Amino acid sequence: MKHIVIFDRAGAFAENKDVARDIRIKEILPILAQDEEVTLDFDKVDAATQSFVHALISDILRKYGGNTLDHIFFKSCNITVQKIIGIVVEYMQEGMGVEGDQGDGF
Amino acid sequence: MKIHLPNSAFLGNIDPFLRGFDPSMPDFLEITANQKWISVHPVVLSMIAALGVSIKASKIRFERLEAKSKHYLLRMGLFKILNVSSDINIVEHEPAGRFIPITQIRTSSELTKFITEMIPLLHLEPEQAKTIGYIVSELGRNVIEHANSMYGAFLCAQYYTKSNTIRIGIADRGVGIKTAINQSYSVKTDLEAIQLALWPGITGTTRREGGTEQNAGAGLFFIKSIAGVNRDFFIIYSGDAFYKLLRKPSTSRLNLRADPFKERHSTDDDLPYWGGTVVGIDINLDQTKEFSFLLDAIRKTYTSAIRERRKSRYRKPRFI
Repeated sequence: MKHIVIFDRAGAFAENKDVARDIRIKEILPILAQDEEVTLDFDKVDAATQSFVHALISDILRKYGGNTLDHIFFKSCNITVQKIIGIVVEYMQEGMGVEGDQGDGF
Repeated sequence: MKIHLPNSAFLGNIDPFLRGFDPSMPDFLEITANQKWISVHPVVLSMIAALGVSIKASKIRFERLEAKSKHYLLRMGLFKILNVSSDINIVEHEPAGRFIPITQIRTSSELTKFITEMIPLLHLEPEQAKTIGYIVSELGRNVIEHANSMYGAFLCAQYYTKSNTIRIGIADRGVGIKTAINQSYSVKTDLEAIQLALWPGITGTTRREGGTEQNAGAGLFFIKSIAGVNRDFFIIYSGDAFYKLLRKPSTSRLNLRADPFKERHSTDDDLPYWGGTVVGIDINLDQTKEFSFLLDAIRKTYTSAIRERRKSRYRKPRFI
């Protein structure tokens, strides 16, 4: 299990989408490509924008499908961050439809 | 171009100010003002800054101000950003807790720095800080990513003690919403483009449900929803079109709508042409709902909008 600390990259207000993209491309995707699990640690992150979370995980959900959520863990999220992540995960899966939920797998 | 700073122009009564804007002769800017009192929403100042930035100071004629409240324009940095001199002298105080002067933001890192520095300045409660930071971030990033403006965004904000309200304005001279939306859709009017841009899940970058890896088409819907849930004003002006989310009465139910035209609103599609986009919002801090409550409402509306959109694409049985 790999561990990524969001606060160290994005600060207490996670809103910079460029940072989110970098985390996704340089850290999360390589971990998932090796069929490993990853923990996104939101400790000390007070708030995150929908845009940040979208840039962080939407492409992963699209590429690998909803099943990828079995490999990603969201740690120490406050209620606001939990809800933002919930919105993004939900609209991505709604948008992809049932067939998209299968994804490419690992 | 000509623009007149009136006696009063806030989001509730901003329409006459917008109608009075004259976009002809784009290489020249004349700014006139009410001679007795000027009290305007920050969005008005953001607009003037956005107009003036591309014009040489020698081509800007700023009428001598007589209004007693003229120092406000100086403190908000209007003369400085236009690079014109004024004869107004004031003793400047620290701006903490009161206002954010007109700031030009061109890059993602400038925006992040601005938000980091701005939030402590406003001395807000944590929940309120989340809401304001959220709005500024999403509006700023919209300009950086979609406006294609070499001058970026002009943003300012002011806290009003009496009404306990933060008013925020942002303006750009970019491609405007219609051009941005038409990269993926085919809209004929600026008003139609505004309507689409405010729908959840609609972005000019793709027609694909869920957006691209960087854009979901949710930013403006979130901002409109924040204003709606808090029963505050929200305006958007682009091209010749204008949309205003009206304040909901305190007795009405708080239902968010995916279609902005199903909200309590007003529109105008015959305004002087604004090449770019202007957004203004008020956030009353007395009634700021907890952000998590707001997110529950947004989630429900967002998901149901996508479901409806998908359903509308289902093939129908043909009964013969």
